[in-house]
Amino acid sequence: MSAPYAKLPAWADYGLIPLINLFVAFLVAGLVVLLVGENPLRAAVILVEGAVGRGQAIAYTLYYATSFIFTGLAVAVAFHCSLFNIGGEGQAYVGGLGVALVCLTFDSLLPWWLTFPLAILGAAAFGAAWAFIPAYFQARRGSHIVITTIMFNFIAASLMVYLLVNVLKPAGSQAPQTRTFLEGGQLPKLNWMLEAMGLTVRSAPFNISFLLALLAAFLVWVLIWRTRLGYEIRMRGHSPRAARYAGVNEVRIIIVTMLISGALAGMMALNPVMGDQNRLQIDFVTGAGFVGIAVALMGRSHPAGIVPAAILFGMLYQGGAELAFEMPGISRDMIVIIQGLVILFAGALEHMFRPTLQSVFASFSPRSVGIEASRGERA
Amino acid sequence: MELLNTFIQLLDSTVRLSVPLLFAALAGLYSERSGVFDIGLEGKMLAGAFAAGAAAAVAGSAWAGLAAAVTVSIFLALVHGFASITHRGNQIVSGVAINFIAAGSTIILGQAWFRQGGRTPLVGAEDRFGAVELPFADALSGVPILGPLYSDLLSGHSLLAYVAFLLVPFTWWVLFRTRFGLRLRAVGENPAAVDTAGISVAWLRYRAVICTGVLTGFGGTYLALAQNAGFVKDMTAGRGFIALAALIFAKWRPVPVMFACLLFGFLDAFSIRIQGTPLPLVGQVPVQFMQALPYILTVVLLAGFIGRAVPPRAGGVPYVKER
Repeated sequence: MSAPYAKLPAWADYGLIPLINLFVAFLVAGLVVLLVGENPLRAAVILVEGAVGRGQAIAYTLYYATSFIFTGLAVAVAFHCSLFNIGGEGQAYVGGLGVALVCLTFDSLLPWWLTFPLAILGAAAFGAAWAFIPAYFQARRGSHIVITTIMFNFIAASLMVYLLVNVLKPAGSQAPQTRTFLEGGQLPKLNWMLEAMGLTVRSAPFNISFLLALLAAFLVWVLIWRTRLGYEIRMRGHSPRAARYAGVNEVRIIIVTMLISGALAGMMALNPVMGDQNRLQIDFVTGAGFVGIAVALMGRSHPAGIVPAAILFGMLYQGGAELAFEMPGISRDMIVIIQGLVILFAGALEHMFRPTLQSVFASFSPRSVGIEASRGERA
Repeated sequence: MELLNTFIQLLDSTVRLSVPLLFAALAGLYSERSGVFDIGLEGKMLAGAFAAGAAAAVAGSAWAGLAAAVTVSIFLALVHGFASITHRGNQIVSGVAINFIAAGSTIILGQAWFRQGGRTPLVGAEDRFGAVELPFADALSGVPILGPLYSDLLSGHSLLAYVAFLLVPFTWWVLFRTRFGLRLRAVGENPAAVDTAGISVAWLRYRAVICTGVLTGFGGTYLALAQNAGFVKDMTAGRGFIALAALIFAKWRPVPVMFACLLFGFLDAFSIRIQGTPLPLVGQVPVQFMQALPYILTVVLLAGFIGRAVPPRAGGVPYVKER
């Protein structure tokens, strides 16, 4: 009789194991740096300094983190319903269309603080709409959500290129992008917040959607752990059969969860489109939808874990850019490797170190892993 | 005659474009039939292509390239197996991880070793899997209709292309006529039954993912050393996912997999061919629509509007021996 998944204390389960997984992921990434012929420790120092060394860098780090909080929450909400939404990339891309349409319509009429709520609605609605079809097919017709959302990423990419080249591009322009939004379609920067703390920020795209991301994280926590809907989502995630028995409408839960997930992914578009570039460009998502998977896995699908995980990835993105500058052998694609390794060790191999850790814990204090109880039975 | 020539050219490029899809889809067939979902086909093929390009450029031999590609792909397949078979991790998550690791490391290592912006050095024609002329191709080319069909369409492909198409009946034979194949299919449907019969579920699945590694390595080699003269960054460009779509489209059966790959290859060839020219009845079709068509078709199929695609029953579920 073996019981590999016996209980560990909570701090080990939620703190120690993710940290070990993360450590191993970075260890392997360090090996890649060695293969390239650079010093991994020096690379790490440059990366951290490049990410948080100056006010400017911190602002950029938080700018990237904003996008990852949204996409990480999107993946996490679906995880709670045991749905794997790989389509965050496509949903964010289409969400950008919602933002752009609102901004192009209202930027000359309304001030930003009136355009912003409309743009939030636009982003969420378009993102949710793009998640709806896979959700409907999963719920009603049983087609696998992973495959459909992957396919929808590609379809979104084709659709957006078509729209930008043929519909949204202003006449006479060559670049496949919309016109630049006027003042009413531009989000105010938050750089003054960092400057108030005594840091200097020359210019960085860190904007008010960061606050929206934090609010979204809080609301997701409320939704998942403090509402009836969240309870149903988690119940469906733990055991679809139990949920069905308890009278949960499975079709409804799957669709609603995916709509929320798609809306969160779509809102990611606010940050780059309205907060930074002020126009809709091809490929503006640049993989943030996929980073969301790593962020959600690392944050164990809890907003309190997702926000730090997103900031860590923001640091990697910003620090990675500096690293590419200092070490020509290492381009920003290093982040893609680290991302993959984090997904591998914190996601697919999350239980690798658990048995070892459990036996270590058992040897120190048998009570904590419940060995005492089984001994008692035998006696 | 002009029309026939155009048509043959179209079919010829269809064949060329479907070969990497065929390798990857057949690769996925082994793994998924054994109950291990694999969305990391893209990454394994990409890593294979890089290894093939790098090794062929350094060693100066196409065969060295093939060997390196297969080795690297098998390694990644074993990582997938280690995560999803041994540690019972989520197979989708593991596949995603492999795609990212491959996408990043091919660029980083390529830049570090060759310093050509992520490419590998160009490989000369003699170190690639060049065109193979079938016997009498020249002599027969004068024969009307059948001549061009034989000498232009069937002859003149890379050796690997013929391997890919021969692998279709071979895979069918392995899966449906050998003991290994029977057990492989059984372990994908009902691993507990296989376990009860005293056969190791884990070892069977490991062998299946190794088959996947070998074939994705071939697919990558075809991309780097037959279709191109070396590795270019991100050269798989979503082909692994189209192959996955083809695999589902074919409902996890070898011969239909070939037809699905040919169909998707044809769509690709056709969209390159008609770029900018309007079609009768529908007018100008946007290129982007043609590019998205394989994905749209797969979604429609998965939703059960064209038949029903039922995956292997134990697919995606790690096997836990009863305690």
